[in-house]
Amino acid sequence: MINIENVSKNFVLHNQNSVTIPVMENANLLVKAGECVGLTGSSGTGKSTLMRMVYGNYLTQAGKIVVGDLDIVTALPREILNLRRDTLGYVSQFLRVVPRVPTLDVVSEPMLAVGVEREAAHARARMLLTKLRIPERLWSLSPLTFSGGEQQRVNIARGFAHEYPAMLLDEPTASLDGENREIVLSLIEEAKDRGAAIIGIFHDEAARNRVCDREVDVSTYTPKAA
Amino acid sequence: MSTEYNFAYLDEQTKRMIRRALLKGVAIPGYQVPFASREMPMPYGWGTGGVQVSAACLVPDDTLKVIDQGADDTTNAVSIRKFFEKTAGVEVTEETAEATVIQTRHRIPERDLTENQILVYQVPIPEPLRFLEPRETETRKMHALEEYGLMHVKLYEDIARHGHIATSYAYPVKIEGRYVMDPSPIPKFDNPKMEMAALQLFGAGREQRIYAVPPYTKVVSLDFEDHPFERGGAQQACGLCDAQDAYLDEVIMDDAGTRMFVCSDTDFCRERREAGHIGEMGMPITEDAA
Amino acid sequence: MTPLLKVENISKYYGNRLGCRDVNFDLYPGEVLGIVGESGSGKSTLLNCLAGHQEPDTGEVVFDTRVEGLKDTVTMSEPERRMLSRTDWAFVHQNPRDGLRMSVSAGGNVGERLMAVGARHYGDIRSTAIDWLDKVEISDDRTDDRPSEFSGGMQQRLQIARNLVTGPRLIFMDEPTGGLDVSVQARLLDLLRGLVRELGLSAIVVTHDLAVVRLLADRLMVMKDGHVVETGLTDQVLDDPQHAYTQLLVSSVLQV
Repeated sequence: MINIENVSKNFVLHNQNSVTIPVMENANLLVKAGECVGLTGSSGTGKSTLMRMVYGNYLTQAGKIVVGDLDIVTALPREILNLRRDTLGYVSQFLRVVPRVPTLDVVSEPMLAVGVEREAAHARARMLLTKLRIPERLWSLSPLTFSGGEQQRVNIARGFAHEYPAMLLDEPTASLDGENREIVLSLIEEAKDRGAAIIGIFHDEAARNRVCDREVDVSTYTPKAA
Repeated sequence: MSTEYNFAYLDEQTKRMIRRALLKGVAIPGYQVPFASREMPMPYGWGTGGVQVSAACLVPDDTLKVIDQGADDTTNAVSIRKFFEKTAGVEVTEETAEATVIQTRHRIPERDLTENQILVYQVPIPEPLRFLEPRETETRKMHALEEYGLMHVKLYEDIARHGHIATSYAYPVKIEGRYVMDPSPIPKFDNPKMEMAALQLFGAGREQRIYAVPPYTKVVSLDFEDHPFERGGAQQACGLCDAQDAYLDEVIMDDAGTRMFVCSDTDFCRERREAGHIGEMGMPITEDAA
Repeated sequence: MTPLLKVENISKYYGNRLGCRDVNFDLYPGEVLGIVGESGSGKSTLLNCLAGHQEPDTGEVVFDTRVEGLKDTVTMSEPERRMLSRTDWAFVHQNPRDGLRMSVSAGGNVGERLMAVGARHYGDIRSTAIDWLDKVEISDDRTDDRPSEFSGGMQQRLQIARNLVTGPRLIFMDEPTGGLDVSVQARLLDLLRGLVRELGLSAIVVTHDLAVVRLLADRLMVMKDGHVVETGLTDQVLDDPQHAYTQLLVSSVLQV
């Protein structure tokens, strides 16, 4: 489902005399449907970077990243947008939303984007928000006013609203307490059961062990210092 | 006739220029033709456009009538009539039936006109879209491209503000299904009369535009489907001649505010009275029927 | 799928001075393209060339018209282009005064385009206008008020309603939130986003504000000195900028 082949990335910082910083070389990874792969490696080794490259948020300088049947590296912007809408979900560490939009609409949005009827979308959104223990009185408010933990749970509800065949999860359980963490992990297990291919970053070892079928250390892709 | 002036005051070349403009106007009904308006011995705003058109049209055996708001005896009508008597030496008359050229300010005679007659209108502002679109460059484009949505915006605003189309004079019309035209500040009561047998010519001296409506041309007053054009009626009969369906002027009789309604078209009223029609004449109407 | 708009080799010079050059892109139905750059980058020139307000020196702007398929709007006759800009296209000006008739009521402003394409029933025109005023959150009781009595944000929302009433498929926006207070901006952007999505509009938004572009645009073009220096997905261009100028632009945004 997600096939990363010989992928390399560097950053060119023009404002610092155009210095080139290679951050990744010859990364290879294959994630099958129903599989969850955890990315490990110490801070700064490129876990988030690799995830963003899969999402098309960062450019990839060499190699192929095939999600479903689309190679992200050579795809047109339009094709990536369609992929993000239908196939590839991304739950980042931070909730990024348009001001003024109520929580219920934030969570319903990915479903409306794929053509689900408003009533059905709202119903599922309510179900997810209830599961993630966001009280009903908050559903009509903008999540920008919530606590960090609440925002993260809204973020997750939105991420799981549409059943993506492929998902990227960047620290989904950070800033959550035990009970809420448990709920999120079971959501991930459900997703695996329905066949989603998942790449995740979990700092919490217990969480990693619970949902990941295997781990990949991204520091093996870090270019060796000359 | 005075021999100091060329026939009808204007030199022959000027008359040619004006006639060319008139022919173009007749060929494109309702289209405003620019022309080189001359300095006339009367200020702008006093009918110089009408006078120039009349001057270009007159021939020695014409009979001229001049009316101002329907009356032959106002100061302006008298002055213009005298002007042409002096410079053209043509016969003048107050009888609509006798005239071959009728110059008018702000009214159409009540009596039906014939194919032998020319009606010359005095026009202050020829551009019907001017108040909503001040740019000449833009209004010219709108006429050229038949973009008249703005005209209906004006009527919409009327209805929104007053509940009905409040424009009561200079009511815009569409000529032969193409150009929207300002008929000059005639009351909307007169609009239906614009479909007539006579040739209608319009002159705006200050704005330097001439336009025309040939005989038997379709003239449609703009409106909405659910607010159709209403010409408004005479609410009552003329106090002098008992005309039931003429445009009336209101005359205040005394300090107590008693008023009387009489035909605005003085010649029409006279003709009816001579034929024996009598309104509530002599006695002012005591109740305010308006 | 055919692109809604195909722009090829657009260039415009002002005498010897460069306005913009070599601009190429496709725009598909439902896509929002942002064009950012600082003053003098050529973005406004480009927008004016695309929208038919100015004639480019070279290039084609091919639009997929409803009735006649793909047509180059640059070589279209003026009546055709004017009709297009009243029906299938919309243009939201930075200053609402440029896009409204200040002496005509709000209802009249919204109804004008309908009347321009032949609507002749007062009642229907008025109710359509009130519908649209609702959609842009202007209350009914202001229908007969003139925009000269409105606040800047309301005038801008009225301009949007006026443009959208004939159901255009492509909307050009020139700094749509420029000059508005921050809270008013947020409301307007939210409204625009909603309408774009609900109506399946395509849009080309010119702005110097990166936050606006991140919120509204799917794709982004960065312009400098008349050239397009970088183009791609909005989030990619802002998060992983490749060109020196883009990197400078992104790093210059003040954090709040």
